[in-house]
Amino acid sequence: MTLEEAKQAVVDDFAMFDEWLDKYEYIISLGKNLEPFPEEKKTEDRLIPGCQSRVWLDCEAKDGRLWFTADSDAIITKGIISLLISVYSGRSAEETAGDDFAFVNEIGLSENLSPTRANGLSSMIATIKKTALDNVGR
Amino acid sequence: MTVQELRKQFPALSREVYCRPLIYLDNAATTQRPQSVIDVQSDSALLHNGNTHRAVHALAGEATRAYEGAREAVRAFIGAESADEIVFTSGTTASINLVASSFGDKFIGSGDEIIIAESEHHSDIIPWQLLCQRKGAKIVVLPVDESGHLEIDKLPSLLTKHTKLVCVAHVSNVLGLVNPIKEIVSLAHSHGVPVLVDGAQAVAHLAVDVKDLDCDFYVFSGHKMYAATGTGVLYAKKEILEQMPPFMGGGEMIETVSWEGSTYAPIPFKFEAGTPNINSVPTFVPAIDLVKSINGECAAELSKIRNFVYEALASDERIVPRGTTRNIDEKLPLFSFSVKGVHHEDLALVLDKMGIALRSGHMCAQPLMTRYGVTGMLRASFAPYNTLEEAKQFIEALDKAIELLI
Repeated sequence: MTLEEAKQAVVDDFAMFDEWLDKYEYIISLGKNLEPFPEEKKTEDRLIPGCQSRVWLDCEAKDGRLWFTADSDAIITKGIISLLISVYSGRSAEETAGDDFAFVNEIGLSENLSPTRANGLSSMIATIKKTALDNVGR
Repeated sequence: MTVQELRKQFPALSREVYCRPLIYLDNAATTQRPQSVIDVQSDSALLHNGNTHRAVHALAGEATRAYEGAREAVRAFIGAESADEIVFTSGTTASINLVASSFGDKFIGSGDEIIIAESEHHSDIIPWQLLCQRKGAKIVVLPVDESGHLEIDKLPSLLTKHTKLVCVAHVSNVLGLVNPIKEIVSLAHSHGVPVLVDGAQAVAHLAVDVKDLDCDFYVFSGHKMYAATGTGVLYAKKEILEQMPPFMGGGEMIETVSWEGSTYAPIPFKFEAGTPNINSVPTFVPAIDLVKSINGECAAELSKIRNFVYEALASDERIVPRGTTRNIDEKLPLFSFSVKGVHHEDLALVLDKMGIALRSGHMCAQPLMTRYGVTGMLRASFAPYNTLEEAKQFIEALDKAIELLI
């Protein structure tokens, strides 16, 4: 699936739900189904700054692609980071670094998260983007 | 007055969020505003907008009468001796900062100690920390026990010859328990130490009588008792207020000004530099009228809500309630709790989507969170306009949200 297709798939998934509560149930299920993250990787340097709950992001570069894994102590945050890495994991650093991440606005996530959470969301996006930028040309 | 009649006075209570009726349970953060408060504020801005205490024209006179009328209403509301003891500020935080800067700078010095309750809001911690950093003074913590009660028996040994002030909330914004202020004041006064009481959570619920409490300072905000935001009160005993130097300079806080030096206006004006919040302070009058009108049926329903929610949370094994008591009458309808294995933010987000507004997080009381070993809690705080039906819906929704998240 191309990056554009992956983003569109997320937008389509969210469009299925009329009620905000249902969208959240979907995010919660994403959080619950995120692959386990090793305890030893829950280090200070992997914490994403600016989130009310703790969110860890790890990245491995392999075969010219970046592979993200993540975890959080709050399930909704975990669902959101899961959604982001499902779109961006396995892509080249160049592709992720050059993306505008605008699809999160299309699904209304940023405006319907509490302001503190929305800050967390922008921090998650900023961290993914920075990680990609740091890996460009490597 | 019935609860339904009371609710009709608050336009926000009939609105919806996420296509569901709003259940507003974040009253400890800010109460909703009744139409009477909105009307006074809007009339003041639209029709009576003159600067207070200055000009001789009609509008200035109207504005001044409304402003000073609010001062008298606040005086009567908290039972102060004189309206001169009522200083208007922008809120509780500003009131405490005023005391810390003015009283603190003059009376607290190197090696002195300030006793602060462990359950205090950051607004009753940080101004004192800043003062201590400036002056080389020290904060001494009055601890709370596991149930959330202040360990008053430890207070006598904390009061030393270095103690210059005791700071305690009338009711903690996390625990909801009414602290034994008279006992604290009596103990502190026996050592010649004044007491500052943060009444932010108390004024909307308790009949406050500062003369009976005998506290030296009592501070609160308007917006937690239905008045406009940006309004607050510092009550201080006249003899203390008169000894305190000005905190900010400028505007009508002066008597005479010359390049050689200036003299200051008498209290309370000495502490109200600059143009005051002329359109909002008058809203204390309808807000106080509203608080005083809440009795009978509304008060009875609120007691029922408190007892019901307290029992519901206490009997649920998944929940760890804070601020627990064997005497329910010392508890306000304010409930902070954790849910085992569920992050407080997740619960607040899900309940929000169910139409229920709650607070989650450290609630500006991080030392208390640390004491309980948590990063945050969930808080439901009720007002007399909440119904028992809303309380039941909250408990049902909480159960659903927990099931969804576990």
